[in-house]
Amino acid sequence: MPNERDGRLDARENENTVCPVPRSQYDHVLLGHGSGGKLSADLIQNVFLPHLDTGPVTELEDSATIPCDPRDHQLVMTTDSFVVRPLFFPGGDIGRLAVHGTVNDLAVCGAQPLSLSAAFILEEGTPISDLERIAASMRAACDEAGVQIVTGDTKVVDRGKGDQVFITTTGIGLRPAGLALSIRNARAGDTILASGTLGDHGVAIMSLREGIQFETTVESDTAPLNGLTRTMLRVCPRIRCMRDPTRGGLASTLNELATASRAGVKIDEASIPVRDEVRAACDLLGLDPLYVANEGKLIAVAPAEDAQRLLQAMREHPLGRDSAIIGQVVDEHPGMVTQRSLIGGERIVSMLAGEQLPRIC
Amino acid sequence: MKYQDEYRDPDAARRLADAIARLTTRPWTIMELCGGQTHTILRYGVDQLLPPHVELVHGPGCPVCVTPLELIDASIEIAGRADVIFCSYGDMLRVPGSRDDLLNVKAAGGDVRIVYSPLDCLKIAEENPDRTVVFFAVGFETTAPANAMAVWQASRRQIENFAVVVSHVTVPPAMTAILDSAENRVEGFLAAGHVCTVMGYEEYEPLAARRKVPIVVTGFEPLDLLEGIYRCLCMLEAGRHGVENQYSRVVRREGNTAARQLIHEVFEVADRRWRGLGLIPCSGYRLRHQYQQFDALQRFKLAERHVAEPSDCISGQILQGVKRPSDCPSFGKACTPQHPLGATMVSSEGACAAYFHYGRQTDSEALHAE
Repeated sequence: MPNERDGRLDARENENTVCPVPRSQYDHVLLGHGSGGKLSADLIQNVFLPHLDTGPVTELEDSATIPCDPRDHQLVMTTDSFVVRPLFFPGGDIGRLAVHGTVNDLAVCGAQPLSLSAAFILEEGTPISDLERIAASMRAACDEAGVQIVTGDTKVVDRGKGDQVFITTTGIGLRPAGLALSIRNARAGDTILASGTLGDHGVAIMSLREGIQFETTVESDTAPLNGLTRTMLRVCPRIRCMRDPTRGGLASTLNELATASRAGVKIDEASIPVRDEVRAACDLLGLDPLYVANEGKLIAVAPAEDAQRLLQAMREHPLGRDSAIIGQVVDEHPGMVTQRSLIGGERIVSMLAGEQLPRIC
Repeated sequence: MKYQDEYRDPDAARRLADAIARLTTRPWTIMELCGGQTHTILRYGVDQLLPPHVELVHGPGCPVCVTPLELIDASIEIAGRADVIFCSYGDMLRVPGSRDDLLNVKAAGGDVRIVYSPLDCLKIAEENPDRTVVFFAVGFETTAPANAMAVWQASRRQIENFAVVVSHVTVPPAMTAILDSAENRVEGFLAAGHVCTVMGYEEYEPLAARRKVPIVVTGFEPLDLLEGIYRCLCMLEAGRHGVENQYSRVVRREGNTAARQLIHEVFEVADRRWRGLGLIPCSGYRLRHQYQQFDALQRFKLAERHVAEPSDCISGQILQGVKRPSDCPSFGKACTPQHPLGATMVSSEGACAAYFHYGRQTDSEALHAE
């Protein structure tokens, strides 16, 4: 591993120099970038701060101070870790995911995000240029969502002890005090809506990983949903709950809903929006789109009388163009999700056991 | 992009279901042979569109399910070796051997990889000349050409650090075994469309004639299945037997001759043990003598052994269509996809796992109490 040794030698030499180490000196992450010393500072100054140069993060204090006025609001907090291979994929990258994932967790709780933190675990040898791309992408994602990264951290692990870049983001947001969205709130008769096509993210990642190509590229749907949720809550403040069906897909989210609300859920396969490419990929790999991850979609449960108005408002939003009513909450089979198939049969949609594995033939 | 919608059309499905209802005058039992067909039936509720006296029983056509325990145990042993990269189709990884599964071997540090084609293994072998790349060559006739191609190419390209664990089974001997069983209830078969894509259906014709049984080569979409069932019932009601081809958009009578030649070049017919069914004579393939150097069991000197299956598992009867998953007292209790007791619960295409996944373990009256 001559390069790494060279890198460490360079670092020692450079400790005696006066000027900041030029960024181009290191093409890859070195263990020293996690030392807390000069290289760590360089990494933050040269790679992250140029992109995240807003607000309290530039002050480099141990904590960020966030000006906010919580009157009539509740503080909402969430955290999520992101590991994805490959780091860059059609429609996004790990940086965009890390911002959107946490923004969306706040958004579906009815909160508008205030600030995020970002913690990076970097594997020795990761190209610095990749980090720069990720940082730039996180900045763009923050701007899109109207949120700032106000504090952060980096650590470096030995080569082979990580998978290039892991990111953990934590977010806080403010939610109007009167708003009580909860997955326990669904009532029989409520309508279930989805904000667009399902399974795009999971299939985008999987097709890239497995080298499957289609006539058109399936792009990840990663997107910040706080604009859409703001619109939805304005039109329909009585929304019972919203969820973003990420890992485990729609099936897992609906099962959680049915269990928490002690109600049954009925969905209609014909009304669930799934792209043709996604359906084809799922058929090919032996996967079920109901279980495939999404990163820019949400499920909403609303009283039936509000459903059409809500659907209309969702469809008028750029991130909700393909919204659809996909099912109902029912009295029967509490805790259970059923689906009417395309040809009219009925089946139970169960929780996923383990991970979906591609089948043989 | 045009897709499969015409094979999932609700109006056409209803018309076929009505035709089936008008056609049938007495109870019939039909077996769909392929796990993929079982999966479609349960996923779309095809069986729910049929009149109650038409019963579908689920056949042994899930390659993962019928791979015998001893070969899984041998694979697990090989996969745990530091000098081996073990490659497999994805759904084989979760299948438990007598003590462990390949996912656990991977978690414990074994180099176990999912591949989509055995030819990928040759690339891996060339990139890792100091290790042996072993492929778990399981499957029916469907996967046999690709697996044969990998061995043939390895031989031609002299890739010596490649080997296969062969667990290849074939459909017609299993059909004969089912029909020969004293408990047999099967009156007609839906043959597996993809198996016949490779093999054609000539070999089913003497079977249909000898056993006076209707066989319809059938596809995998809901309407394929309904049409296959309809055509099988037409023959049954008319007292006819023979082979018909519902899946004519893909299957030719002679199959894929190039693929068949390749299978014949690399493999020879052999007795095979099936998980749940036991030994069936001449029911699978083994490597021909000139390709034995690629036999992983020989290379790693793993002796032939027999591992007993749990006695409280009725998967043998389920694979023969004698019993249904819900007839088993362990179903959904002691036996689940996380802790399968036997063959039919291990793969998503096994009948028990499909019943479990699509909720047939619960009283279906609760589902339809509307």
